Amino acid sequence: MKHIRTLNTRDYKKSMAKGGCGECQTSCQSACKTSCTVGNQSCENKKR
Amino acid sequence: MIHQYKSNGFNIVLDVESGAVHIVDDVAYDLIPLMEERPDIDIREAASLTGNKYGEEELKEAISEINRLREEGTLYAKDIYEPYVDKFSESKAKDPVVKAMCLHIAHDCNLRCKYCFAEEGEYHGRRALMSFEVGAKALDYLIEHSGNRRNLEVDFFGGEPTMNFEVVKKLVEYGRSKEKEFNKNFRFTLTTNGVLLNDEMLEFANKEMGNLVLSIDGRKEVNDRMRPTATGTGSYDIILPKFLKAAELREQKNYYVRGTYTHYNRDFAADVLHLNDLGFEQISVEPVVCDPKEPYALKEEDLDTLLEQYDILAEEVIKRRKSGKFINFFHFMIDLKGGPCIAKRLSGCGSGGEYISVTPWGDIYPCHQFTGEEKFLMGNVFEGIKNDKIAALFASSNVYTKEECKACFAKFYCSGGCAANSYHATGDINGNYTLGCTLQRKRIECAIMIKAALADEEDFNDKQENTSIAAD
Repeated sequence: MKHIRTLNTRDYKKSMAKGGCGECQTSCQSACKTSCTVGNQSCENKKR
Repeated sequence: MIHQYKSNGFNIVLDVESGAVHIVDDVAYDLIPLMEERPDIDIREAASLTGNKYGEEELKEAISEINRLREEGTLYAKDIYEPYVDKFSESKAKDPVVKAMCLHIAHDCNLRCKYCFAEEGEYHGRRALMSFEVGAKALDYLIEHSGNRRNLEVDFFGGEPTMNFEVVKKLVEYGRSKEKEFNKNFRFTLTTNGVLLNDEMLEFANKEMGNLVLSIDGRKEVNDRMRPTATGTGSYDIILPKFLKAAELREQKNYYVRGTYTHYNRDFAADVLHLNDLGFEQISVEPVVCDPKEPYALKEEDLDTLLEQYDILAEEVIKRRKSGKFINFFHFMIDLKGGPCIAKRLSGCGSGGEYISVTPWGDIYPCHQFTGEEKFLMGNVFEGIKNDKIAALFASSNVYTKEECKACFAKFYCSGGCAANSYHATGDINGNYTLGCTLQRKRIECAIMIKAALADEEDFNDKQENTSIAAD
């Protein structure tokens, strides 16, 4: 496309199908402890 | 919902409900808000509504591209997740699983940090060290309540956990001894102020800790003003050489130097860059959370400066990465392609459910920030959860139970924000800590702009951001 460039992102709608396994890191276990940083985390579902 | 903004020369459009991120030119940027309800917009009308700045051909092209994205579901996507999260919350309440634990190994500290929410380690209570027996019971509780989750996270926290390090070592050994039998993988984190950190501890941490969080605020004068020792002298010179050694031994991975900025250092970008100049590559510096009456509290009138600091920092991160000097700022981390599923994004940090904190004597609280607030005492590791109301309150809290979050573009990145911050600011875990929200939105905008700026860099993926995920 000439006017729009789309970055490669995860499709939330599709993630409903196999999401919620809970194996990913809890955000406060990384480096925050005073905010919520879910978007910083990576998915660890091997079957997604 | 569409959120669009201009940053560092980029026109950025977020399609909030699909998660898509579009980098667009001026004509598409102007047309996108006009076309949300009007896919068949007339060319003349489009020209007029965009100030007759664009030619017919480019308008036609951009309209066609916008409608293509609409058809693909990556522009103007609808919010379809509320019924999904209701189902998810019901199952969480019915069958609660714990997978992460903040273990308060020592309610005591050898620093006197002025902004400490743990009140020099005591958390509104008494000085105490966790015994091995209580810690082992806590790990048993975690294993027993973790259902099918394999990865279990335990943060040795305080106070200062190195003041009770023999127990830390024994608990790691105990946890490891249970892994095979229960098919679990412990991921341990140590959060330390560094005062007592020695070679033996570092060696142990490098072997056993998936993540190491090293507390330092940045420039010497900034750190020493807020992080003095018990005798009032600064801690910078004591901790810095140890932290540099730790980062080097960990090959600049799976650790963070972590600081707090306050009203006193509103120019905090300089602290982040100072830490990078010293040789640290994984850096987190966060806004202080405290009683607004404190002289070091961040104030509404500080916001313009703080937002500008994030812009300065974002531009410098891009510049440094392009020049081959790596820096990862924790709050600019964002995993667009491999980030969390929508279930995680809706349900947040898991406090009071998947994530709990445990005091030295075994009491359970929703998280480290609620520790010591008797109203939030949930139970203990010996008898389990006794206060079902608190558990239910946290299980039902999500993006859609927070009115102000529903209309916010950041809702699927911060997941409704920190329950403790909301409670302390408004008296309700479903309230909004507005100052924190403003800063959070800015960080997300910067993080996405950085992705756009570095998307073409061939070397961008050569050195990855710290994911803090230890190998199994």
